[in-house]
Amino acid sequence: MVTVVHENLEVTAAKMSARDVSVFYGEKKAIDEVSIDIPTEYVTAFIGPSGCGKSTFLRTLNRMNDTIPSARVEGEITLDGDDIYRSKMDVVQLRARVGMVFQKPNPFPKSIYENIAYGPKIHGLAEGKDELDAIVEKSLTRAGLWNEVKDRLQDSGTALSGGQQQRLCIARAIAVDPEVILMDEPCSALDPIATAKIEELIAELNGSYAIVIVTHSMQQAARVSQRTAFFHLGKMVEYGRTSDIFTTPLEQRTQDYITGRYG
Amino acid sequence: MSERVAPTRTAEFEARLQKRYAAERRFRAIGLGAILFSVAVLLFLLATMTFNGIGGFQRVEMDVPIDFTEAGIAADPTAMAQPDAINTLQAQGLAEVVSFFASKQLGDEAAAELGGDAYRDVAAAIIADPSILREQVTFSLPVSADLASGYSGEGSPQMQALAKKLYEEGKISKNFDVGFLSRSDATNPQQVGIWGALKGSILTMAVTLLLAFPIGVLAALYLEEYAPKNRWTDLIEVSINNLAAVPSIIFGLLGVAVFLWMFPSYRSAPLIGGMTLALMTMPVIVISGRNAIKAVPPSIRDGALAVGASPVQVVFHHVLPLALPGILTGTIIGMARALGETAPLLMIGMRAFVATPPDGFTSPATVLPVQIFLWSDEIDRGFVERTSAAIIVLLLFLLVMNGLAIYLRNKFEKKW
Repeated sequence: MVTVVHENLEVTAAKMSARDVSVFYGEKKAIDEVSIDIPTEYVTAFIGPSGCGKSTFLRTLNRMNDTIPSARVEGEITLDGDDIYRSKMDVVQLRARVGMVFQKPNPFPKSIYENIAYGPKIHGLAEGKDELDAIVEKSLTRAGLWNEVKDRLQDSGTALSGGQQQRLCIARAIAVDPEVILMDEPCSALDPIATAKIEELIAELNGSYAIVIVTHSMQQAARVSQRTAFFHLGKMVEYGRTSDIFTTPLEQRTQDYITGRYG
Repeated sequence: MSERVAPTRTAEFEARLQKRYAAERRFRAIGLGAILFSVAVLLFLLATMTFNGIGGFQRVEMDVPIDFTEAGIAADPTAMAQPDAINTLQAQGLAEVVSFFASKQLGDEAAAELGGDAYRDVAAAIIADPSILREQVTFSLPVSADLASGYSGEGSPQMQALAKKLYEEGKISKNFDVGFLSRSDATNPQQVGIWGALKGSILTMAVTLLLAFPIGVLAALYLEEYAPKNRWTDLIEVSINNLAAVPSIIFGLLGVAVFLWMFPSYRSAPLIGGMTLALMTMPVIVISGRNAIKAVPPSIRDGALAVGASPVQVVFHHVLPLALPGILTGTIIGMARALGETAPLLMIGMRAFVATPPDGFTSPATVLPVQIFLWSDEIDRGFVERTSAAIIVLLLFLLVMNGLAIYLRNKFEKKW
């Protein structure tokens, strides 16, 4: 069965695009022939019940699945037209271009400053201390964290509250100036106020980066995204404008999920 | 209709509750008892050791004034710089000079019981500062082993009587023996020192640490972070675990068969001893290192990979710093075990009588536990106290080493 793609979508240039991507864990097929284009103009949300493969698919987009020995990817994923799974692809460069924010905030047990400066430092993006300071300030400002932490940049990143830690992780991701940001349920460990701040942040970053967000919360998908893909049992069932997916889904399973019949 | 009684408000329930509390009280009492028993045993051990060992830091001495202007001993500066300077002095009759002045000052009876190699103390003083040959100097020289045991109320009745007489005349006394920490092994318990064995232990531990720590940590990192999980790595893992449980004397045999075969001229050298102990320590470091590395949360690795760190940067910037406290804990345990190890070192010949401290990694040496073993085997009663004193030195060394490692561990400890 193929994905139902809504026909009223505007034509956009795809930043990343997947063609017939399947992911295997050993013998088990976790993702079954998914094809999707990810534009820079819109935030794309992946929704679906637990275990449907949406996180797995997200992690194939910057090859984080490489760390799992039994994982195998078939099909083609391109970033600006380049196949990211070709043998000569530099994974380090890919991950610098495609950043990621995880479900549980995972700041390094270093100072706030070091957390942000780490990426630019290892890639040599800043020349001298002043430039590095500027990157740290800019990244924290964009993540809406600067005013809260500017007086304690040398404190440990792990001493911040959960919501601040997650914004620190977003700042860490944008410090290396990526082209795509992948977010794997970034708010699932946060309270509603922290969640609201992250959602505002996503809205602000929209347009500068291609953003893909995996979420369990349909309200969140409705609030932050303009494109939604519904995953079920490893397949991408339906893809379209977020407003259309939530009001006039074409597939029965999508309908059942968004009305809370299962999930 | 009777009123419903909640099951948690019946008398049976309360009786059961009391039994549960009683069980908890019993458990706490037993635990506390175990702790108190351990502390009592430890205190007893430390107290007896200190009590026995204090005497080991002292020796029975007689004061002998020597007028070198009358002695006619010459100390040529170039000869004094040679390692056999002590023989040069002895050839000039230094021993006779010492016993002559002892007879003159204390009488023949006392001079006869001057320690046989007491002249060595005098020789050492001359080598250290030849200018004293122009002066009159009073030395506190050790008495013979027989007189020393007489002083402690042991040995033959004649010696006990002589010791009593000389003590009452103020000619001999028991003093703190500074030289114990700077001399090496000797045949006379009055004349022995611990420095040779201590230096041997320090050199051996240095070799062990320099070999076992980097190899162990790198092996642990490779196995945890890079090695594929297959039958071969399983086999290696099982082998390492088994290696940690192998009796230490087997490592001694291995040291003989491999290291002494490779370097036959370095018999009983700290280099070979350190290599043998490194074999024994390495598995402990690998196992504890792997556990520490495994305990680093995967989310930290993910975070670093996601900003584009290469695998080696992930390891050295994030995993290793976080695992270091755990690795150091394993290293402390391994090194403490190596420091106290005797059996494998006996196998590679470190039980030889070594009267001079080792001057390098390849010169013959002994180590503290072997020295203790050798002294405890001596017939002369004077060695009993010396053995206790050596044990105290070994324990203090252990304490300093562990203290340093714990300091380093706490310094690197971070929360995540």
